Amino acid sequence: MSRLRAVARQIWQVASIPLLAIVLAFVVAAVVIVVSSVFTPTGFEPLLPIAAYGNLLAGAFGSGTAIANTLVAAAPLILGGLAVGLGFKAGLFNIGVAGQFLVGAFAAAVVGAKLAETPAAVGVVLATVAGALGGAAFGFIPGFLKARTGAHEVVTTIMLNNAAVLLLTWAVNDLVRAPGFSFPRTGDIGNSALPILLGRNVHLGIPLAVLTVFAVRWVLDRTTIGFEIRTVGQNPNAARYAGMRPVFITALTMTLSGLLAGLAGAIQMLGVIGFYAPGITASVGFDSIAVALLGRSDPIGILFAAILFGAFRAGAPLMQIETSVPIEVIDIIQALVILFLAADLIVRRVFRVRAAKPVISELATVTQTWAGGTSPAEPS
Amino acid sequence: MEVVGTLVRLIWELGVYLVTVLPDLLPIILALATPLALGALCGVLNERSGVVNIGIEGIMLMAAFFGYLTGFALHDAMGSGPSIALGILIAVLVGALLGVLHAWLTVSVRADQIIAGTMMNIAAFGVTGYLNRLVITPSGRGGAGVITPFHLPDQIANLPLVGPILVMFFDQGPIAMSLVFIVIALQLALFRTRWGLRTRAVGEHPKAADTVGIDVYRQRYLNVILGCAFAGLAGAFLTLESTGSFQNGMTNGRGFIALAAMIFGRWTPIGAFAGALLFGTATALGVVVAVRVPEGDLGGIMRSIPSYWYAALPYLMTIVILAGVVGRSTPPAADGVPYVKEGKG
Repeated sequence: MSRLRAVARQIWQVASIPLLAIVLAFVVAAVVIVVSSVFTPTGFEPLLPIAAYGNLLAGAFGSGTAIANTLVAAAPLILGGLAVGLGFKAGLFNIGVAGQFLVGAFAAAVVGAKLAETPAAVGVVLATVAGALGGAAFGFIPGFLKARTGAHEVVTTIMLNNAAVLLLTWAVNDLVRAPGFSFPRTGDIGNSALPILLGRNVHLGIPLAVLTVFAVRWVLDRTTIGFEIRTVGQNPNAARYAGMRPVFITALTMTLSGLLAGLAGAIQMLGVIGFYAPGITASVGFDSIAVALLGRSDPIGILFAAILFGAFRAGAPLMQIETSVPIEVIDIIQALVILFLAADLIVRRVFRVRAAKPVISELATVTQTWAGGTSPAEPS
Repeated sequence: MEVVGTLVRLIWELGVYLVTVLPDLLPIILALATPLALGALCGVLNERSGVVNIGIEGIMLMAAFFGYLTGFALHDAMGSGPSIALGILIAVLVGALLGVLHAWLTVSVRADQIIAGTMMNIAAFGVTGYLNRLVITPSGRGGAGVITPFHLPDQIANLPLVGPILVMFFDQGPIAMSLVFIVIALQLALFRTRWGLRTRAVGEHPKAADTVGIDVYRQRYLNVILGCAFAGLAGAFLTLESTGSFQNGMTNGRGFIALAAMIFGRWTPIGAFAGALLFGTATALGVVVAVRVPEGDLGGIMRSIPSYWYAALPYLMTIVILAGVVGRSTPPAADGVPYVKEGKG
């Protein structure tokens, strides 16, 4: 019994601040919903948040279909969250998941369409691999630049996101546009589509994403590369003195991070979207950052955080239809969660809890490499 | 030999082309550079005092939206001009207010500065998207429009050599027109006044500054808030001077290009302005090539480059400049490092 209690306390130590941050975010967002209801035709509605959150919950978990939608929405977030989280481990902040996701989705769509007539096993595997490699290549660029020149990944990856949208639009228009459609898009993926396992839309990418969680965990905890990644993230100088190669690890980690983001794009393309057309948006980019922060860049934590945000994304449309509360409220909740994680003293004061700090210690390295500042002060 | 000859000819043609389109290009360049320069000034003021701010993008977007919303709500009652003026004021205030939040998070709470900025960007995207869908889209109305830009008299505009330069700086709306003065004022303030000395001291060696009696926290608060007010002005420029409308996510990475301009300009206002002009030129080139098609072989090459590549040029250039410049420029020594006063914890 006492062992069980000890375990429960341990979990509470780690999870209490993130959980309470979510609670607080929903409370503040409720205030936003009530206040903003004044500006709508229906006027002031003090009970609107309850209706909105009820529909959000119903849309995410209310039925078999809803749960399936949550899982489908969670799958790319698991991989995107792992991408950001892996970067954090090495002291890198990959804000480029959105771009790497798009490149991965595009590569998977093009290869998938080329192999539409081949046996499913060939098409699915090759198209998925193409997506992962596309993301990896796109992640390698900022990683290499950071390692070689010090150009900070926070700016270069954002710029690559913007460039990716434009250049992929050009590629769909001028290079790989499929004939016979009224708008620019890639061809049908046919046999390359990920097999549906359950119901209407639970595809093979979901178990693949969960498996990847454990693969990443294994790499980080059990391999030399994983050890080097974590050491570089904790202290690049110490890593250098220990004979590790921070330059190589930086480039490698960004490439692996891009690979995970590209894989997210691939399974979304092959499991859900089916073809690449300009304007497919990737809210996965920002969501992944929130997921990684909420999961404290720990693979298992990321898995749970991704399911949570997947539920938000799956439930939001029903909420907007039923209560006219804009789906963008999810972005607001997301920002609030990050705010309360960054300024965890708010959560501590409000709920009077003592728990482990929710910070990811490697983030200090991210800021440090931005400015080249000396060792960050340790708030004791 | 023939290759070299062709190359020389192409470069010559490019030069001739640029000189011929330059008079038309100059005002566009300054207009495109204005939000970037104001954002970069925000970065300069923040980082000179030791606070990293990657939330400039979000602050711009918020200010752009609330400035627009003010004009949108009031132009029936007040008329276009006054409501735009009030909108600009609100945008600056929103910027300053978000500056208070960023300063509180980075200086007082000592939260991770990169995460604080990321939060700002996501929050801005969410809040503006939310209110846009709730308030502006269903109304089907437009905003207060834009202030008609000033036009120099033709006698001055047609002067040889100086004419186009004057047109560049004066055929503008009020925000772009005042940019040059803001840049010069901040350059002087940062390097010639007591406030500037204190700012730099706090950003280079906060402990030493503290020892001689400078209030590090107060100085950083002041700089972050002032800087973010400029980011707010950049937002006002986007919706109230440049386009007259609001679209979700319309800042489109400008806050980050501004950071690159800041680094390019080695954390000085004039340098940052130069960086912003460079990015403005890259963007303007794409616009002008489409409108005034160059002739000859060069024209063939330039026209064969798809428009999407021109649109991506500023982003790609940011990366190239960062990769080329960063290693050789030194940020303020205490940039990104929270200060903990002795005896406090």
